[in-house]
Amino acid sequence: MNETNNHPDCQYILQVKDLHTSFFTDAGEVKAVNGVNFDLPPGKVLGIVGESGSGKSVTAYSILRILTEPGKTTQGEVIFRGEDVLRYSRRKVRDFRGARISIIFQDPMTSLNPTYTIGNQIDEAILLHTNRSREEARARSIELLRLVGVNEPQRRVKQYPHELSGGMRQRVMIAMALACEPDILIADEPTTALDVTIQAQILELMQELQQKLGMAIIIITHDLGVIADMCDEIIVMYGGRVCERGNAEDIFYRSKHEYTRGLLRSLPASNRSRDKLIPIPGSPVDMLRLPPGCPFAARCESAMKICLEQMPEELAMGGEHYASCWLNVRGTIKENADE
Amino acid sequence: MSDILIDVRHLKQWFPIRTGFFSSTPLKAVDDVNFTIKKGETLGLVGESGCGKTTVARSMLQLYKPTAGEVYFDGTLISKDNIHALRREMQMVFQDPYSSLNPRMTVGDIVGEPLDVHKLYANRQERKERIEELISLVGLNSEHTRRYAHEFSGGQRQRIGIARALAVNPQFIACDESVSALDVSIQAQILNMFRDLQEKLGLSYLFIAHDILVVNHMSDRVAVMYLGKIIETADTEEINGHPVHPYTVSLLSAVPVPDPRSARERKRIILQGDVPSPLKVPSGCAFRTRCPYATEQCAAETPPLVDRGGGHLVACWNR
Repeated sequence: MNETNNHPDCQYILQVKDLHTSFFTDAGEVKAVNGVNFDLPPGKVLGIVGESGSGKSVTAYSILRILTEPGKTTQGEVIFRGEDVLRYSRRKVRDFRGARISIIFQDPMTSLNPTYTIGNQIDEAILLHTNRSREEARARSIELLRLVGVNEPQRRVKQYPHELSGGMRQRVMIAMALACEPDILIADEPTTALDVTIQAQILELMQELQQKLGMAIIIITHDLGVIADMCDEIIVMYGGRVCERGNAEDIFYRSKHEYTRGLLRSLPASNRSRDKLIPIPGSPVDMLRLPPGCPFAARCESAMKICLEQMPEELAMGGEHYASCWLNVRGTIKENADE
Repeated sequence: MSDILIDVRHLKQWFPIRTGFFSSTPLKAVDDVNFTIKKGETLGLVGESGCGKTTVARSMLQLYKPTAGEVYFDGTLISKDNIHALRREMQMVFQDPYSSLNPRMTVGDIVGEPLDVHKLYANRQERKERIEELISLVGLNSEHTRRYAHEFSGGQRQRIGIARALAVNPQFIACDESVSALDVSIQAQILNMFRDLQEKLGLSYLFIAHDILVVNHMSDRVAVMYLGKIIETADTEEINGHPVHPYTVSLLSAVPVPDPRSARERKRIILQGDVPSPLKVPSGCAFRTRCPYATEQCAAETPPLVDRGGGHLVACWNR
């Protein structure tokens, strides 16, 4: 299992290796993504969790190559079917996006065009990537809307985005993203703008579709509840770096990074207790002035001298569980004593 | 004197919405809401967007003129004549820490403004000392008073908003989605601060949030709203352990819990459809269009909020 990194095309549908993306602003270079590694097995749900500014969305945009100025991916590889997406020609990237990988965004209102009917917008994705005729495309759009649970799809295709509710719009976005049956669906905060009961509908729909169509999903969110509900594999990001990655059990019950632990401790427990929460002290790291060491060191209560000076390597913690924390390097002996 | 601080009776807040040249329809944002808050107690208010949570807070503080109903503060009926004085007792902390602070004022002046309005100091020195006291109460330091709001992070700005609310020594604060805009690690800092201040100053809160786990953590009692009405209210443990109203049941089941093991065991109760438009509230029980138990009676008559024992109030005909 550990050698799979050397065989890029067999085990994983997508591999991200040492990805670096920066924004070259007037105030200086913002290293939004700073050496991100992960592997996505086909048909699995991967969650990327982190707070605002941790680089989770920028990671997704870098994979899709939809960064806008002044953002630029400066280093790394994104391997899809044995080829590096970052080296694709413009034309090839266009075929890749939409057809093989697609994305749904947080706010369905701003990502739909208000001047076209939703039918037109779904048709467009189909016409662009397949050889279907207009009539066939429309028939497929109606079928897709039915698939995502939009009632009366024949009538809905003629409606404009403003005529639909937030939950319905998000369903339309999902229909659009699924138009060409992609291998990978990226969902960037797909339910953050929605109410709890509507969120439950959309999450249920995504689970259903994933089982039916077998695609891999990357969910980007700040909500650990959504992550716990949905994801097989989890990546925790802070300050543009991956702190820890592993399966849901590893991250929630066997966490090996102080930031992940702090994050879980600071949540109001599901079983109500009026005990004090344990917050993470301090404020998020300033991305313009990233420290040379671990970005979390300044807020970490167990930080050592080396944490401030040098970035820890990613260390295998058993299975597919990796963590970047000096405590694990130091603590291999201590850990045995703890357990 | 009783231990009830806030008593809201039959509060209604209707907004006229123009539907034609001469015609208008009332949007019943809040429709006959009743609740009380005891001294030192926190009442949580949950519900989905557009259900009227924020309007309840704003109209009880007379930021809107209520269409009907009364609000009593410590036994006194709030009216146009005494509201200015009562604002010293009742304050509000808003959701957005960016738009609720004036970018042209220094932090010292933002926190000092309520002191100016209510003339709560004898001289400049006293004003300065009080501002510094407030700033340190919320975990910032006196050097911060000369800076502007844009120099602070979201969590720090929310602290400034809280310091402003505390300036007049209120007994009651309405917290309207006060931590929703903050990251999880910062949210916990602010929630703890609300609790510390409650213990230290004996505050009562109306705590509004769409995040039910946050409301549960903060509140002694929880009220659930749906389309302008409270449909269930009980002690926090009671409502979480034994929710009765079908809407509360599905709302609680839909909350994603940050625990994969219990998430796997749990069954979400998915409601069909969307919340109806508040302009076209269904007759009778507003929830009947999405309710699996709805009967003819639900369409004909509005269920009253009835005590089912132990202060657990439910408005439902069938459950």
